[in-house]
Amino acid sequence: MKTMRMMAVAAAAFCAAGAVQAQEPLKIGMITTLSGPGGYLGQDIRDAFQLAIDMQGGKLGGVPVQVLVEDDGLKPGQGKQISEKFMKTDKVKLLTGIVFSNVALAVVPDVLEDGGIYVSPNAGPSNLAGKECHANYYVVSWQNDSLHESAGSNANNLGYKKAFILAPNYPAGKDALEGFKRAFKGEVIGEVFTKLDQNDFAAEIAQIRAAKPDFIFQFHPGGAGIAFLRQYQQAGLLDTVPMVVPSPSMDAVTLKAIGEAAVGVNVSAQWNNDLDNAANKAFVEAWKKKYNDRPITYYASQGYDTALAIGAALKGTGGKVDDAKAFRTAMLKADFASVRGNFKFGNNQHPVQDWYSMKVVKGDGGAPIIKTMGKISSNTGDFYAKDCKL
Amino acid sequence: MTLVLEQLLNGVQLGVMLFLLAAGLTLVFGIMGVINLAHGSLYMVGAYAAALAAKMTGSFLLAIPAGLAAAALTGMAVEYLVIRHLYARDHLDQVLATFGLILFFNQMIILLFGRQPIFVQIPPFLSGAIDLGLFPYPIYRLCIIAAGLLSAAALYFLIQRTRLGMLVRAGATHREMVQALGVDIRLLYTIVFGLGALLAGFAGLMAGPLLSVQVGMGEQILIMTFVVVVIGGLGSVAGAFWGALLVGLVDTSLRAFLPQIMRGFMAGSEADALASGISAMGVYLLMALVLLIKPKGLFPGHA
Repeated sequence: MKTMRMMAVAAAAFCAAGAVQAQEPLKIGMITTLSGPGGYLGQDIRDAFQLAIDMQGGKLGGVPVQVLVEDDGLKPGQGKQISEKFMKTDKVKLLTGIVFSNVALAVVPDVLEDGGIYVSPNAGPSNLAGKECHANYYVVSWQNDSLHESAGSNANNLGYKKAFILAPNYPAGKDALEGFKRAFKGEVIGEVFTKLDQNDFAAEIAQIRAAKPDFIFQFHPGGAGIAFLRQYQQAGLLDTVPMVVPSPSMDAVTLKAIGEAAVGVNVSAQWNNDLDNAANKAFVEAWKKKYNDRPITYYASQGYDTALAIGAALKGTGGKVDDAKAFRTAMLKADFASVRGNFKFGNNQHPVQDWYSMKVVKGDGGAPIIKTMGKISSNTGDFYAKDCKL
Repeated sequence: MTLVLEQLLNGVQLGVMLFLLAAGLTLVFGIMGVINLAHGSLYMVGAYAAALAAKMTGSFLLAIPAGLAAAALTGMAVEYLVIRHLYARDHLDQVLATFGLILFFNQMIILLFGRQPIFVQIPPFLSGAIDLGLFPYPIYRLCIIAAGLLSAAALYFLIQRTRLGMLVRAGATHREMVQALGVDIRLLYTIVFGLGALLAGFAGLMAGPLLSVQVGMGEQILIMTFVVVVIGGLGSVAGAFWGALLVGLVDTSLRAFLPQIMRGFMAGSEADALASGISAMGVYLLMALVLLIKPKGLFPGHA
């Protein structure tokens, strides 16, 4: 009797295994930064990506998918190990998730060389946007320089003429100032490189006061940016010399940390939670339902859009990723409703999209919010697209 | 001209913060002969305790005793549990053990508070800027300067005019003699270590509303503090004071004025990048220069 029952259970188990085999979900490998001070960026991308899948009933574009998530800890070497494990052990062909450009530069070229497909929800380094662009590399977020160019255009639109600009003395800081200057039409009357680990900016703030610019542009990622803004406000300058920043310097999480001190800061970004389109409303509502008070960041919107973009491509190929050419044809159609409104891929497979001007204002509930003021530019591609021969 | 004055004030403000840290470091070295790399961790403990107290009570004034007590108690516990066993060992062992303490404290803070920086609001009566006649200056920074100078005066009084101070001075120069006269040198050491921790915690809690309170904040400033101690002379509190002011002023002035000077004879962005590099090295060059002329520092503590 006992053996009979065991055999029945075993048989049932085999049948179940067979059934699972038949609808084995497509694996998507997500390498992202979940720990460290920048950990919330990866967490938002991961959770919004999963939210898009949940909203489609565990599928993307009608295809059941399973996301494998690993933390790169902002270490390029670790990211590389994870990508090798995904591709060799788990047989994953489609990868996404990387937050920081230095990790992307270590991981992406090898993934592409091994025949993989990579879709970026955040990092868009210039090296991979121009001459080195690749048929199987897609960026859904933005090319890095666009963030700072949009800030420069924002300053033009706001009517500012004399700029004082600051960024830390390291590659991304220098790119930020270059990007800003490329778009800004006025005069740069002061340019300061701060130390990368600096968090007291009294000397720089005194220089700004003496230089009397129309406004300042500053890019300081992480805790340093928040310290800068607070000290700037304490010095009484925020009321007299306005500040223009790119979106990484002012997202919903940093705003929550800074609070009132941020009121009046000008931001530019490709998305905001108050953008008036159906896709965005559905996304914001679903996020609030699942996570309540948790702030929705640009990163979350990018993770969500990345999932939708992949879903549109999978729908086009019937869930197949083995034929990279067919996948590319379907992907480049960008046949999905982006939460930022207009969206298409340029010739270098980076976005051509609209940029919005925003401002931190006092919200109805007392806590400050980021409010969309208007459009900075429409259907904007990036500076490096002209060098790409795809 | 007003810019120069404002930058001088900024330099003094950085200087007094460095002094509060350097005083403890130099006392501990001068009297106990211990190199304490974990001094920055006590600064961090003070900042976190004050941030926590400010968040829970909503009062910055209550956060001050909380930060001071947490740093001093942590300091005394560290002395009792770890440092006490290192007095007879050589400096390499001390460096290893106190480096281990840095890792321990950083991990503990990560477990308790997470990696996200914490922000402390400036109390309303200290926020904003005050017009000094020539230029407005943040009230909070002025308060830091005042608090730092007062602490320096109090420390001077304590060391030069009280019985405890006499024992501290005697302990620095004639350790065996103090012991032979029946003074409980162990207790004295614990008190001195606690005092150093208290000053570090004071610096930490004042830094909270200005900078961000985050893991590893102690290590950022510790390196500068060591430069101050070396320039001032190991074991000398007066040296720590003048050394801290010198380092604060030099660092701030280089950051503030070097770019303009370099722009006089170079292209704009090249001058900025080079000036930024040189001003980052500035205080270390100063240290090398002082060591070249006065190898024991400006105010050598004890032989």
